[in-house]
Amino acid sequence: MKTIYLDNAGTTQVSPEVKKAMLPFFDEEYGNASSLHFLGQQAREKLEEARADIAKCLNCLPDEIFFTSGGSESDNWAITSACREGARKGKKHIITSAFEHHAVLNTVKKLEREGFTVTYLPVYENGIVKVEDVKNAITDDTALVTIMYANNEIGTLQPIEEIANLCNEKGVLFHCDAVQAVGHVEIDLQKLKIDMLSMSAHKFHGPKGVGALFKRKNRRIDSFILGGTQEMNKRAGTENVGGCVGMAVALNEACKHLKENIERETKLRDMLFDELTKIPHSRVNGDREKRLPNNFNMSFEGIEGEGLILLLSDSGICASSGSACTSGSLDPSHVLLSIGLIQDVAHGSLRLTLSEYNNEEEINFTIKEVKRIVEYLRSFSPLWKDYEKGVKNHVI
Amino acid sequence: MLYNEKVMDHFRNPRNVGEIEDADGIGEVGNAKCGDIMKMWIKVDKEKMIIEDVKFMTFGCGSAIATSSIATEMIKGQPIEKALELSNKAVVEALGGLPAYKLHCSVLAEEAVKAAVKDFYDKNGIEYDKEKFKPGFTCEH
Repeated sequence: MKTIYLDNAGTTQVSPEVKKAMLPFFDEEYGNASSLHFLGQQAREKLEEARADIAKCLNCLPDEIFFTSGGSESDNWAITSACREGARKGKKHIITSAFEHHAVLNTVKKLEREGFTVTYLPVYENGIVKVEDVKNAITDDTALVTIMYANNEIGTLQPIEEIANLCNEKGVLFHCDAVQAVGHVEIDLQKLKIDMLSMSAHKFHGPKGVGALFKRKNRRIDSFILGGTQEMNKRAGTENVGGCVGMAVALNEACKHLKENIERETKLRDMLFDELTKIPHSRVNGDREKRLPNNFNMSFEGIEGEGLILLLSDSGICASSGSACTSGSLDPSHVLLSIGLIQDVAHGSLRLTLSEYNNEEEINFTIKEVKRIVEYLRSFSPLWKDYEKGVKNHVI
Repeated sequence: MLYNEKVMDHFRNPRNVGEIEDADGIGEVGNAKCGDIMKMWIKVDKEKMIIEDVKFMTFGCGSAIATSSIATEMIKGQPIEKALELSNKAVVEALGGLPAYKLHCSVLAEEAVKAAVKDFYDKNGIEYDKEKFKPGFTCEH
């Protein structure tokens, strides 16, 4: 059976170029970048080249890039550090959105338990934060604004440039979790007045376990992981040189092909929307236009997401859902609830996230399978029968 | 794997799916908010008090579909008294196990059977021990 991989917001396959670039670091160029001998110095050179390549793609300085273990660490680090700094100045207020990734939300909640007050901005039905709300929420006590670039479930793009300008004007630190956006949309850190930005290699065909935090040069940051003097004395631990090189190669490729990838993915995404919105009593989750080119998210009334995912998987299609059953809890995704979906509808959601490796044939097959499976699951859903018989009113 | 082969088999090929037009008892448990609704129809041989036929429909995850499917198999052709003894534990055992956070699905299957039998008793004015029909799982929504 052919694998059709449509879970690229979950993770991506490492590209052949990336794999090739990384292999020597296992058993040839395995030196510790802190060692003085030639193997160590070669590793150091490769590491700094990787940093410079990443900086070039994002139009920032190499020493504004700090390698980490991934997006979650970058988020934890940036938020914790910014809030500690705020607390030193007596500022103990955080502004974030209701539908951030848990790496942000759970860090913020921990700080809330430690005495910070937190404003969780609404994201409305379209899944987009209002700049006006950010403006109204900022007070003299605000230590940090942290808003994601693009949502990981529904892909909606946030007004980052305006929020960054606003924070810059008000002198408030602004952190942006750009894990889903880096490598997928153009990000120019000279143009965007973001103070800190998180990214993760495996979301753009790089390896897992490596990411980075961008920190603007004149901003302070505390050490998060203590130990040696790695990463400009800010992040201890022997550098994952192969991983960092893999990340740089992946981002280089993504930046080089950005325009054509966006075109290709947008076309495939719109094929999915055009066809699957024909399923009766279905809805698009999040703004249909202002979203990542590779993100599709819809809900289908009367079915539960897990069954849909498992049956798609039987057909070789890898997809995801925000239903409770797939989250390991009894609550559906906080993202879908934040855009106002009632629980019944949130349970029946489907997320398909594309990459440049997908083609029209795969998308056509997926459309056919989703239609077939939704109809099948509805055929023995008592909820769907009640809607059809008029016992209950349709909710979509 | 999330589910074992037996669970996947009942999920992929659910037994006794559908509804019984002239059912003698209908039970519905769970709610859409929780993400699980099970509805069960039973046809009873009133002389022998045996469950002649049973059908179900389920809105819910893979394990909800699998537990309702196997529960129908376990009670079909059985005396009503025996069906009432069906425990969620027995359902899980018959499926060869479920992940811990999916165990509530098996409770729903047990309750769906009981709800259908209770409906049958009520419709036919049959006395029964109310203790046997205490509500179990709620998802607190």
